[in-house]
Amino acid sequence: MPKLIPVADTLSKPFWDAVNERRLVLQHCAPCDRLQYPPQQACQVCNSTAGLTWKEVPGKGHIAASIVIEDGRLNRRMPDQPYNLAMVTLDADPRVNFYSNLPGTPPYKAPVGAAVAVTFEEVAPGQLIHEWRVVA
Amino acid sequence: MTASAGYQWRRDKDGLGVWEHRGKVAVAGVGHSPVDRRWDEVSMDQTLGAYSILACRNAMDEAGVTPDQIDGIICCDSHIAGGSGGSASQWAPRPYFAPPYDSEWGLTLINAKWLIEQMRLPNVKFAPTGVPTISEMVGMAAQAVGDGICHTCLVIYPTGNLEGRYRRGGENADDYARGPRQWTAPWGNHGGNDFINIFPHGQYCLRYGGKHDDLAPFVVNQHRNGLLTPWGYNASHQVPQLTTEDYVKSRYVLNPLRLWDCDRPVNASAAFLFTTAERARNMRQPPVYVLNHSQHNFRKRTTQEDLDEIEDWTDRAARRMYEGAGLQPKDVDIFNPYDGYAPMAQFFLEAFQWHGVKRGDAFQFYAGDIRVEGPHPFSSSGGNLGNGRTRTAMYTDSIEQLRGTAGARQVKVRAETALAAFTTPSSGGWIMFGKSPS
Repeated sequence: MPKLIPVADTLSKPFWDAVNERRLVLQHCAPCDRLQYPPQQACQVCNSTAGLTWKEVPGKGHIAASIVIEDGRLNRRMPDQPYNLAMVTLDADPRVNFYSNLPGTPPYKAPVGAAVAVTFEEVAPGQLIHEWRVVA
Repeated sequence: MTASAGYQWRRDKDGLGVWEHRGKVAVAGVGHSPVDRRWDEVSMDQTLGAYSILACRNAMDEAGVTPDQIDGIICCDSHIAGGSGGSASQWAPRPYFAPPYDSEWGLTLINAKWLIEQMRLPNVKFAPTGVPTISEMVGMAAQAVGDGICHTCLVIYPTGNLEGRYRRGGENADDYARGPRQWTAPWGNHGGNDFINIFPHGQYCLRYGGKHDDLAPFVVNQHRNGLLTPWGYNASHQVPQLTTEDYVKSRYVLNPLRLWDCDRPVNASAAFLFTTAERARNMRQPPVYVLNHSQHNFRKRTTQEDLDEIEDWTDRAARRMYEGAGLQPKDVDIFNPYDGYAPMAQFFLEAFQWHGVKRGDAFQFYAGDIRVEGPHPFSSSGGNLGNGRTRTAMYTDSIEQLRGTAGARQVKVRAETALAAFTTPSSGGWIMFGKSPS
């Protein structure tokens, strides 16, 4: 199941460093008290840069919607087809969402509305990505 | 050549009021090339350059305009959609030919400079570079003519396709996910309007009821309208009429998105001639007036747009357009939204409340009579699903309906105003046409 390997940049390095330590950290704007993902240079609500810090969040979420990729365009993922691609909202702030292939859930069996928990998956030596697994 | 960056032509804010050039700009000519599935990389009379020249000449002939009268050229210098194709849409290098086909320009990329040279247009003074997609190009042309920056402006939109290369290379062939793709590609999202809309579409079905295949009547009708469009891919290649059975049995791409929910990439070009309303009145065709143009570029708050965001964005786009045109939903006769992937049209239909359709009503509306002969001739163009991914059918049909020259597609209801767009819910633009300037 080879997934594309994320390439960290200056902005995203703290995020990926945390993922490689099996932690989920998101940008947090103190003035707005809002989480932000993916990371950006400034808070997208108040445009503050000074107020942005990294905050570890509980890896709990829910599946909001899901599709099955049967004929995607990414060469590296074609051998995996068909596979789930879910949109997962974060319980700590449902305005934040993530993609997930729902490891452990067969294609076409994604339970929309179900609770999920973050997990981490190695996509290259030393490089993890965050994934989400359905919890019983 | 002039860069477009310094020209503040966009109407992309809320509350701008009625467009200052409302009814003072008109479309006087439309031209299409043939629509092929792909360029065969051999036939030099079927290159994207040859087709763009042909489309321009057709538009100029229709208006009765000579090359020396053209003083504006707005051409999208990408073969697909600005930069949205990313590196997967970069098709050079290749073996080249004798001039003017000794580089990618003219083969699969066209810009104003190349066209000015090939068409020997001596008086062009407005030829912006880096122009975006067709929805913004028509807005730019309308504003430039209204502002007096040019008075007779060709808008050219080429869309190319080569065997085996359509978004198959570049970053889509990469093992690494760089830049913004680090947040999407590892999980399989290759980026595009298909992904933008399919998740909110799923949420839509849950919120309002209904199932994906409730789109079937819309898609089948798009194909029907396409077969009534002589220049379109389906009509010019004798594509059989799609049936509901064909649709529901078609394979999935991004399940539940089906093959027939997606438009067919093609090799084609189209041109539209914008001029002042005053000049247009002395040209060969009845003027079709521009009543407003508007743009939007809404920023998503997280990884994937959700239904709430999509409904908010499309509502705002509708308010901008209606305010700038000085019209209301009940005033719009022809409605040609973008349909490159079927599950987005309902968002536009409901936001603009065309024929009274409100949030959650679209599937029921599709199940009614939306034929061009009927009372609700939705998307009379056949759009991109019915004609191929030219991204211009919405504009051509709107103009022809107001002229009364849409042939077999001519609607039976009133046709005095028309809305057309090539837009995603998050970015793009709309244009309102009128049979009269007021």
